[in-house]
Amino acid sequence: MARAAVLGRLSWRAAQVRQVRDESATARTLVLEVPSWPGHLPGQHVDVRLTAEDGYSTQRSYSIASAPDGARVELTVERLEDGEVSPYLTDVLQPGDPLELRGPIGGWFVWRPEEPAPTLLTGGGSGVVPLMAMIRTRIARGSGTPMRLIYSTRGPDTLLYHEELQRLGDQDPALRVDLVYTRRAPTGWEGKVGRLGAAQLAALAWPPADRPASFVCGPTSFVEAVANLLIDQGHDPQRIKTERFGPSGS
Amino acid sequence: MGIVSRGFRGRRGRPGPELPPGQYLVEDFPVLSAGPTPRIDLDKWEFTITNETGERKSWDWAAFRALPSESPTVDIHCVTKWSKLGTGWEGVSLDTLMEGVETSASFALAESYGGYTTNLPLEDLLDGKAWVAYRFGGEDLEPEHGGPARLLVPHLYFWKSAKWVRGIRLLDSDEPGFWESLGYHNYGDPWREQRYWGD
Repeated sequence: MARAAVLGRLSWRAAQVRQVRDESATARTLVLEVPSWPGHLPGQHVDVRLTAEDGYSTQRSYSIASAPDGARVELTVERLEDGEVSPYLTDVLQPGDPLELRGPIGGWFVWRPEEPAPTLLTGGGSGVVPLMAMIRTRIARGSGTPMRLIYSTRGPDTLLYHEELQRLGDQDPALRVDLVYTRRAPTGWEGKVGRLGAAQLAALAWPPADRPASFVCGPTSFVEAVANLLIDQGHDPQRIKTERFGPSGS
Repeated sequence: MGIVSRGFRGRRGRPGPELPPGQYLVEDFPVLSAGPTPRIDLDKWEFTITNETGERKSWDWAAFRALPSESPTVDIHCVTKWSKLGTGWEGVSLDTLMEGVETSASFALAESYGGYTTNLPLEDLLDGKAWVAYRFGGEDLEPEHGGPARLLVPHLYFWKSAKWVRGIRLLDSDEPGFWESLGYHNYGDPWREQRYWGD
């Protein structure tokens, strides 16, 4: 069992939007300043609360995308077509606006910089967001833990953090980034197009004998498929942590 | 009331039924689990109640399914904010399973295949409030939703309804389970919005 996360009472905080950054046609990063933010571990999330003028309010959870960095917290939000909250966050919210949130939440799906085992990150769609926080934290903390990211996305238009991933992967021999395009590949792509399969996963993942720490995040069907493949290939189920985005996680 | 979000109206024009604070309604059935879905062989499946002196009462699958069942229709509330109303289940009441178990324990720890645990006061499992459920919506409970059998304690946040349950330990003193050790509320009453430590 993991150590308990450092959590006191989680009060609502008034964050301020400092910057917004489009990551794809449907995803936007909100750069927030959160006064007296206690810090977080990569993989944790926050609850966001929106309140209408008549007092109606609603909440959703979003993964933190950034490494711990003082009062600065970044969330990457994917707009869901019929979502109640995500279209507001991606289309309406502007720099200078306040945003209520509380966190950090979750002490299980977290990567710790002192983790010595090679780490396998497998993300589907916006499931890459908490994994990106792990990669960024590893860099920021100068951790030598070797990491591999297998990132499955529909096509180049839905790919998040493309330039940053390419740059980090090129610079750092201990970080390997492999992309899987499920529907459309960019021109010049020499790999196959389609879902991550058993042979491809076996070729890209650390072998079970290395006892990697595995983090799998994405839609339920993706997480179920990848976790099952990893177990079939001999990985210890106890070393596979998962986070599933339900279809209604808007 | 929180800070007003400029230009936010929310979903209007379809007033919903009353939900616990901070929850929204879904029609589908999201899946949330901390690890892989465990593989459970029905031939080896067993459900065990262990009392505070270590006395055990166990059922294999056939014996468990031979117990009288109930078909509760209940609302469920996940701490990740979704609620699903009027869900239909079939399972064995904890009252039935606890018949003949001698105990003066006040607490219970549910234990699952795969290593998951969750704690709750024993009284929250009794008097028609909890079941070990094996059918959902008229179908065998799917593995990703906790099949072959999961705990169903609908009056608490759904993480208390342990998937893949394999037993219940009765305890004199409370022992936090998996999420309860990782920042989530020890009791988890959705109507009091007890999501996290300190709520």
